Amino acid sequence: MADRSDTAAGSGVRSEPWARRLRAGAIVAGVALLAAPPVLPGYALTLLTQILIYAIFAMSLDLLLGYTGLASLGHAAYFGLGAYAVGILSTGHQASFWTCLGAALLLATAVAAVFGLVAIRALGVYFLMITLALGMVVWGLAFRWVSLTMGDNGIAGIARPSLVPGLSLSDPLRFYYLALAAFVLSFAILLRLVRSPFGLSLRGIRETERRMRALGYDVWLHKYLAFVLSGAFAGLAGALWAYYDGFVSPVEVHLVTSVETLLMVAVGGPGTLVGPVVGAAVLVLSKNLLSLYTKRWLLVLGLVYIGVIVLAPKGIVGALRGERR
Amino acid sequence: MSGAPALSVSGLSRSFGGLTAVRNVALDVQPGERRALIGPNGAGKTTLFNIIAGEIPPSEGRVTLFGRDVTRLAPHRRTALGLARTFQVNTLFPSLTVLENLLLAVHGVERTRLHLHRPLAAYGDLCDRARSVLDRVGLSGGEERTVRTLSHGEQRQLEVGMALASSPRLLLLDEPMAGLSRAEAQRFTSLLQELDPAMSLLMIEHDMDVVFGVAERITVLHHGQVVADGTRDEVRRSPLVAEIYLGTG
Amino acid sequence: MEFWLTQTVNGISFGAMLFLLASGLSLIFGVMRIVNLSHGSYFLLGGYVGLTTAARTGSFALALLAGAAAVAVLGLAMERLFLRSLRGQSLAQVLMTMGFALVFQDLSLLVWGGDPHAIPVPPFLGRSLRAGPAFVPAYRLFIVGVAIAVGLALWLFLERTRLGARIRATVDDGEMAEGVGVNVPLVSAGVFALGAFLAALGGVVGGPFIGVYPGLDFEVLPYAFVVVIVGGLGSLPGVVVGSLAVGLLDNFGKALFPELSYFTLFAPMALILALRPTGLFGRR
Repeated sequence: MADRSDTAAGSGVRSEPWARRLRAGAIVAGVALLAAPPVLPGYALTLLTQILIYAIFAMSLDLLLGYTGLASLGHAAYFGLGAYAVGILSTGHQASFWTCLGAALLLATAVAAVFGLVAIRALGVYFLMITLALGMVVWGLAFRWVSLTMGDNGIAGIARPSLVPGLSLSDPLRFYYLALAAFVLSFAILLRLVRSPFGLSLRGIRETERRMRALGYDVWLHKYLAFVLSGAFAGLAGALWAYYDGFVSPVEVHLVTSVETLLMVAVGGPGTLVGPVVGAAVLVLSKNLLSLYTKRWLLVLGLVYIGVIVLAPKGIVGALRGERR
Repeated sequence: MSGAPALSVSGLSRSFGGLTAVRNVALDVQPGERRALIGPNGAGKTTLFNIIAGEIPPSEGRVTLFGRDVTRLAPHRRTALGLARTFQVNTLFPSLTVLENLLLAVHGVERTRLHLHRPLAAYGDLCDRARSVLDRVGLSGGEERTVRTLSHGEQRQLEVGMALASSPRLLLLDEPMAGLSRAEAQRFTSLLQELDPAMSLLMIEHDMDVVFGVAERITVLHHGQVVADGTRDEVRRSPLVAEIYLGTG
Repeated sequence: MEFWLTQTVNGISFGAMLFLLASGLSLIFGVMRIVNLSHGSYFLLGGYVGLTTAARTGSFALALLAGAAAVAVLGLAMERLFLRSLRGQSLAQVLMTMGFALVFQDLSLLVWGGDPHAIPVPPFLGRSLRAGPAFVPAYRLFIVGVAIAVGLALWLFLERTRLGARIRATVDDGEMAEGVGVNVPLVSAGVFALGAFLAALGGVVGGPFIGVYPGLDFEVLPYAFVVVIVGGLGSLPGVVVGSLAVGLLDNFGKALFPELSYFTLFAPMALILALRPTGLFGRR
């Protein structure tokens, strides 16, 4: 299963029947995502918007986890940086949508570029530890730098943006279409990327770093680029999230958020682009629906983590192909 | 520059903890030369390969490739200079297809390895090059197979194909015949005999038929030191070699 | 002068509590290479069990014992039933331990409610000692004493007993240890229980000092990780140095640069990582 989708997204050298089916499925999903929302109830639209934003976040992580074989425990840092850039600029400085978006992307990318220098040297479980630690640096700033971030209280009152003066996205349906556009664009860019020679090189690194070096690849550079790109897309997702939720708090940067995103990717199937989208949908839906019906949804969520590993270890094993201790 | 040997190592030593794996080794491989590196297990042959390929730094000594000092150069940069190697144990990409494996090898020495905006299929000439390697190592028709479904022999063929795909000027083969059947080994020997004559070859191999069938010159390594170095006939006749290697081997 | 003295004592006693918390995490990591995200939960659960025991019996000593022992059993069960089969799969282990952390978080909320509690300080430790211009609560010195005692016991255990030698061998090279006849699964289970025991002990000891409240688990977890990352994973001397450094940095950071206090803690850590990816005392 994982192998098939691997080669599908990876080589793009041929077109098999199942590849056509995949394309057909994507078209159907695309049409549904475009046409259905105007007739959907408000709550469903909300969930759909959340799913799209988290899907971008999860895909960005999968570029590292599924394609490159790097499990980051601090990916929420870049999501949070994007969200805080929007929160701070749009409330404190009334900056426009495009200014905020540009700042969010720039900040997330720049921090990923600096953190990558520290993190990429580490291997295996040390990479987990180092990304966890770097994530904590950002969380610590969000939590304590109260004059800038409002600390634990978070930044509230982030208004929905206007794309251009006069075209406000305060209507949930319009905002949904913004999220959809961002998602489709991200998916298209990432798809092109994973099918490129560079994308294949990432999968090669995931499988056997040693051979990649012998073949002439600067493994460090390829990992580093994947790390920075991944941070940039996470920043985009974070910026959208800030506008969507109207609120940013240290929770967005927390370790729990990082791990939750890992779970999304693991559930959906690492090393594919559709997998993280499915995983994001599953987790967003179950979290929201669970919290509607039970106060003990955290307990259930915990059991979901345990259940996924116990019942579907193959999904996890896939992500760990080529990983050595 | 043209007169420079493809590979030249001098005064090369490497120790791990208290053990010296390679001791004061000097070795030259001229352009177009076929040389075998033989010696009993534990003689330091693979360590020497790893030093030449840049995976481990030497404790002492110098490595030059095509006249350039590469002692401190990273492995991938040595590959860019025209070096390619195979591994004693198959070191492939198990969950990728055969073609994808070879595409990685072909793109590795091209600037295209960093292209991230065009699909692989858009690089027609590089795909053709990968497919032509497939034919040369006898894997044609199997390009869409996932590598982990290949037999050991087929993986061994791919292992060599990966190194050939970059059209190297110097090829290091680490026991290419390990685990192959007699017939496979014979086929493989003729493949090696038909390689581009301008290419230099340094090969670790235990199968003496292959060694004598392919190599013109032979270097014998024992306890990390070069104990004999000469044409195949000289080495074949050397009583020292017979004693430490052929006799015990 | 008074400021410096007070902050130093606070920093050292906080570091002592961190030592209890992080020594277990480091041991677990050293032996099993598990990034254990439920380690903060052990600390919190230890505190809660200690709280209940102290309330029921009035004995602080019993609270220490009950908290640590109960959580040790819990850790053992987790290792044997859930983590053993995931050997070598670091991502699966991370997700599994996160699942348990969430479960423990919610269950403790269910049992002990959302209000913050504090374990009462035993009466004989309720006094303050005069040290020059400052007063030092006796309880803070008690924490340091417990940490020193536990540290010495751990050191003696690891360096002077056959079981300790086996644990050290497993930390160095699990496969090699297995090859020379060490029962690695048994060692792993024991170390996991010991790690949970130490964390829970830290939770009870910290109970009168920082309190026991929901969210404490994920509050202390980063500290534990910083300590082992700075000191090096699987190294006891590393944990000692790491806890002291983190305890002092955290206290002075909070007092001197409140807005950047976590940054003053995490930034040096990132710097150490950049220079020595395996920590100050770590080995590959």
